[in-house]
Amino acid sequence: MTSATHTRALVAPGPAPLIRRRKFRWGSVGRFVGLALIVLAFLGPIVWMVLASFKLNVQIYDASQALLFEPTLQNYDTVFDPSRGNYLVYIWNSFFVAFMATGLSLLLAVPAAYAMSRFLMNRSALVVLLARIIPGVSLLVPWYFIFAQLKMTGGYLPLILSHMFVSLPLILYIMMSFFDQLPEELEESAQVDGLTAIGAFYRITLPLSVPGIATATILSFIFSWNNFMFALVLAGQSTKTLPVAIFDFIGYASIDWGALMAASVVVTTPIMLIALFTQRYIVSGLTAGATKG
Amino acid sequence: MTASPTVPEVGARERFSRWADRHRKWVLAGPSMVFTLLMLAIPLGWTIYLGFTDSKRSVRRDFDFIGFENYAEALTDTERFWPSVGRTVYFTAGALFFELILGMIIALLLWKPFRGQGVVRTIVLLPLVATPVAVGMMWRLLFEPNIGFVNEMLSWVGIAPQPWLADPATSLSTLIFVDVWQWTPMVALILLAGLTGLPEETQEAARVDGANAWQRFWFVTVPLMRPVIIAAVLLRGIDALKTFDILYATKGKGGGSSHDVETLNVYAYGLSFDYNEYGLASAVLILFFLIILAVIWVLQMQRKGRES
Repeated sequence: MTSATHTRALVAPGPAPLIRRRKFRWGSVGRFVGLALIVLAFLGPIVWMVLASFKLNVQIYDASQALLFEPTLQNYDTVFDPSRGNYLVYIWNSFFVAFMATGLSLLLAVPAAYAMSRFLMNRSALVVLLARIIPGVSLLVPWYFIFAQLKMTGGYLPLILSHMFVSLPLILYIMMSFFDQLPEELEESAQVDGLTAIGAFYRITLPLSVPGIATATILSFIFSWNNFMFALVLAGQSTKTLPVAIFDFIGYASIDWGALMAASVVVTTPIMLIALFTQRYIVSGLTAGATKG
Repeated sequence: MTASPTVPEVGARERFSRWADRHRKWVLAGPSMVFTLLMLAIPLGWTIYLGFTDSKRSVRRDFDFIGFENYAEALTDTERFWPSVGRTVYFTAGALFFELILGMIIALLLWKPFRGQGVVRTIVLLPLVATPVAVGMMWRLLFEPNIGFVNEMLSWVGIAPQPWLADPATSLSTLIFVDVWQWTPMVALILLAGLTGLPEETQEAARVDGANAWQRFWFVTVPLMRPVIIAAVLLRGIDALKTFDILYATKGKGGGSSHDVETLNVYAYGLSFDYNEYGLASAVLILFFLIILAVIWVLQMQRKGRES
């Protein structure tokens, strides 16, 4: 396949044939098989989970009904059955906590990222990024007791603050690498035109940063939505988020697999939909900084 | 404060605005720093302090300062502490190994444009954004020994059903597989971004020199990608060391009834919130943190060492 690509570059393009026959190449077959395996490996289990969520438990146990079966909504009825705990409230909790944590983190982290990028405050950035590497459990015990002393346990504030602890370094990291690439001259010329430095940041830099902010917002929301450990300790019965509420379907003796899969689908669907529509932002955010070396 | 002589009669608003401008560095970065320090420094200090005490049941009740006793207890504990260190290392190294290899293969497959590229890229993104607890539950069903689809598939090719997560001997390896499923896309995306940024000329030059595809990959692409690979190892490694969600979702408290997936993070969590052994838990966590810092330090050295 090496020679094929090589010669193609040298040969001048002639008139295009009506039917273009591709030369059979093992390389492209391997590539096709590889791509098919990727799709199967990553999509297959998710499809399986979704299918199981529409099956009765007897259907899940029955291999002959793996793909062809009569779908039922019973599991979703179980999940949203008010007598089992209110799933609509848990959905709201997840949304509210992720929304607040992301919003407040943006307010704090975007200006900070700008300052740290422009003034090369590497040491300060390191302090905030320390939050990325420290094991969360080591802060959770003190947090729990501080919040208990302040009589805030069971409320939303401890959850929002703990999720902000994850969101803020993430946003800071993404926005710093965004501001690093933004030319400084624009702000300088705005200052020559009479804006203050902070004014130039809000009127010139911020509007230009919308793509970066979109990336940071989406990723922060996703990570906050998916966060489990902090909510496991800090959430009260009524402020439970979805990842914690999933465990309601695991009993001591048996597991209601259908309902468990339905609950899992309920947690993952919103986040996957967001990912489908915003994938280019997600990719740029996840790789931010990593490729600079 | 006196008004500046050059501009007389400035209002308070104006003065504040100028003050903010002069100190804009700290005005902009300050709130984030204060938040982080409040949420990080005080609790971390508290944890370090607790690690030197015999605090149990409640951190508010009386407890005594016992020096390094917790550390001695942890470091001589061959039943829970050292095995959990071993599991943490095994899990992280195993996950990283497969994620790097598979991530590189996926990145190479997605590198050159092809029809349907967008669809494949979206599918690769799905595991990455899926809620880890739900992913754990999903694989728990798929790996279920009696009704799981994995054993069903194996039976088609005549392989006997395996216990997977049910057997202490295989559960941690099975969970490496789950971690690889969820996070290989992350490594692949980082490596793909690195590949896209590579200068095209080096590949051409190697091709002209007669290097075959494998030689071009191993002697040209990999060395150029070295900083990106180390960055991916750093990012993924830190998170793999701290894995909690999947382990807890599939095996429950204490890493299962025989602690077979009890990594340092799960162990410290259990000590803290299931047994309320705050003193010992804090010591274990500080040791854990030191291990993470050491790993980062070594990797940074690698990166810097090669650059100079």
